[in-house]
Amino acid sequence: MLSKTLHISSSPHINKGESTDVIMRNVVYALLPVVLFSIYAFGINALLVITTAVIGSLITEHALCRWSNQESTISDWSAVITGLLLGLTLPPIFPLWMTFLGAVLAISLGKFVFGGLGYNAFNPALVGRAILQAAFPVAITTWHPSFMEDRFISISKSVLAFPFAEPIVDGISGATPLSAFKFDHITTDSTDLALGLISGSIGETCSWIILLGGIYLIYRKMMNWRIPVTILATVFFLSGILFLFDNQLYPSPVFMLFSGGLMLGAVFMATDMVGSPITPLGIIIYGVFIGVLVVVIRIWGGLPEGVMYAILLGNALTPQIDKIIRPKVYGTKKITT
Amino acid sequence: MLNLTANTFKHGVHPPENKEETNGLPIRQFPFAPLIILPMQQHIGAPSQIIVREGQEVARGQLLAKANGYMSVPMHSPVSGIVRKIGNVPVISGQMAEGIYLEPFPYSGQEVIEGNPVPLAASAEEILQGIQDAGIVGLGGAAFPTHVKLKIPEGKICEYLIINGIECEPYLTTDHRVMLEQADDIFMGIRYVLKVTGAREVIIGIEANKQDAADHLSARIPKDLPVKVQVVPVKYPQGAEKMLITSLLGKEVPSGGLPIDVNAVVVNVATTAEIGRLLPHGQGIQERVVTITGPAIRKKGNYLIPIGTPLRYVLGQVGASDNISEVYMGGPMMGVSAASLDISIVKGTSGIVVFGEMDIKKTDKIYPCIKCGACVDACPIFLNPSKLGILAKFEAYETMADEYHLMDCFECGSCSFVCPSNIPLVQYFRLSKGIVRKRKAALQK
Repeated sequence: MLSKTLHISSSPHINKGESTDVIMRNVVYALLPVVLFSIYAFGINALLVITTAVIGSLITEHALCRWSNQESTISDWSAVITGLLLGLTLPPIFPLWMTFLGAVLAISLGKFVFGGLGYNAFNPALVGRAILQAAFPVAITTWHPSFMEDRFISISKSVLAFPFAEPIVDGISGATPLSAFKFDHITTDSTDLALGLISGSIGETCSWIILLGGIYLIYRKMMNWRIPVTILATVFFLSGILFLFDNQLYPSPVFMLFSGGLMLGAVFMATDMVGSPITPLGIIIYGVFIGVLVVVIRIWGGLPEGVMYAILLGNALTPQIDKIIRPKVYGTKKITT
Repeated sequence: MLNLTANTFKHGVHPPENKEETNGLPIRQFPFAPLIILPMQQHIGAPSQIIVREGQEVARGQLLAKANGYMSVPMHSPVSGIVRKIGNVPVISGQMAEGIYLEPFPYSGQEVIEGNPVPLAASAEEILQGIQDAGIVGLGGAAFPTHVKLKIPEGKICEYLIINGIECEPYLTTDHRVMLEQADDIFMGIRYVLKVTGAREVIIGIEANKQDAADHLSARIPKDLPVKVQVVPVKYPQGAEKMLITSLLGKEVPSGGLPIDVNAVVVNVATTAEIGRLLPHGQGIQERVVTITGPAIRKKGNYLIPIGTPLRYVLGQVGASDNISEVYMGGPMMGVSAASLDISIVKGTSGIVVFGEMDIKKTDKIYPCIKCGACVDACPIFLNPSKLGILAKFEAYETMADEYHLMDCFECGSCSFVCPSNIPLVQYFRLSKGIVRKRKAALQK
């Protein structure tokens, strides 16, 4: 008895038991209602786009790991999140080949070149989308109305477009509430906005389902609540001041909150832990910065929507924020907070 | 003025306590092992100097080795017996170090011989000398020589004497039992320490999971002593000196400083009891209370074990299961893994926690840091373990020390405990600190 070899380990010998793959998996769970609603709203086209984005991400991640002689990291679920988020930010009748290309670019240029999970400076899905927006400006702004009657039986020709062929725009195009306001000054009914009965990217139309996913993650302590709260509060107050100043020229703060990709971006993309600051104060600065940029781009910029660029710029600022804003070390007089 | 609103420090973690299996079990005397193994280095500082010969017969309590300088303590015989061998003995680090093998006389009465009593009326210097002569070191686990700790430096004033009854490590219940069973010794020890430090006020800090101990001590405070018992919320690592001072006094010990910089001295409660028990008789430490627990132990409990009792003998007596796999000397947060069962109980051993093969969850995969910030929210001294971990990987040790306060880390383990990516942060920091110290020493040469 008692003669066998003992395990030795460095203290601490116990762990709280949380795991990165579990956190990632729960983000996927939180996104599922958003995915289901978007398929309900946009039908089979949305299903195809989202599936393609996820498969494209997983294939790219697996292939790149193999190519670089590393163990495949698809089991950590982060590539699934990238695929889902990319799919959800695309228009419902976005060509599948472009979607696939976007997923390849998101994983390779948004994540792998930086060193993989944990080292990606920017949200990979948004990197992929930004490149798609630059490469295919028409296709990525070709919107489609939601809740079309034939949405579960017909596949858009645009979706199945052959690679590099001229995209075929079929069906009725539906302006998003933001572009309608920006270019034609038409305000969308706020009930429609809140319920998601509007046009837009696949996953951004139903704000309350997105919020529900966010609340789940905050409840599970897998998301920093400060990020969505500061972004949304900044957008609300800043646009509120402008609205009070001139309620004809500027959209209402409620419209600003529930339109476009703000909710999806604030809840699921700006909260990417890797690209956001690590201290509470840093996070508040980051959130305010993104919120201000969203309002500035939407109201004074050339584009109707600015959430994507605002978050990417926020990601770019994060290392600087973390460098300047550090926790005040116990027993030091230095004022840094 | 005391800041009583704080009542606890900021950050920290809540590991499962696992104290309920032993905190109700009274301290029991452990039998003498057939062979006692005494390493000479059981404390921080210079090893004790052996003054006995091989083959010499010694009585229980007799001096075996004397202190080698100020930063050292003597060693007393835990048994009446014969010095079988003087040579290398196995120690926790896995190496061998100088020590003594003692064989107890099987039928001896094992009475402890009395030395020169140190009365309360003695001077502060005499009491400090008495504490050193008794071989007393911090029994909370650090094993820092107590007489050095209690010596108030020139120009400093000690206002608060803090008695540390926090015992924030999961599983351990030795201080809890000492507070319940040795109140008189604790108050006697406080009298000695008050005399040495000149403190105005004594605060016994106890976590809320030991309310019975707090009530027990509160009811027994001698009228003439300026003692109060303060109960603080349960949180790890509250037993760390700096954290406890913040919890009780609302003050922060300066970075790189000592408690005396905020006019406080912190002493472990079991150490205090030992002072109160040994000094009036001029005796030295021969045994200590150890919690033996963990899933692989059948007869869990709090045992009074002679110093030098081999771990193998201890585990045999308490019915350790055959498939033991991990043995921690100390608690699971800061304790050290035993590499072999040939080592023995030393003065700093506050607990032995044993896990079997079935009790250990499979080694979790290490993921990259996703900067979730859990470690930043856990670190009680407000470091950025995430950043430090990345810097350690890049071997940027100077940056870690100079810009990110690496040397303030006291390895409590809170960051590794919460890390969802299972990054061995504390291990990185321990290595990095060692390298930084080595490089600094090399520069000074």
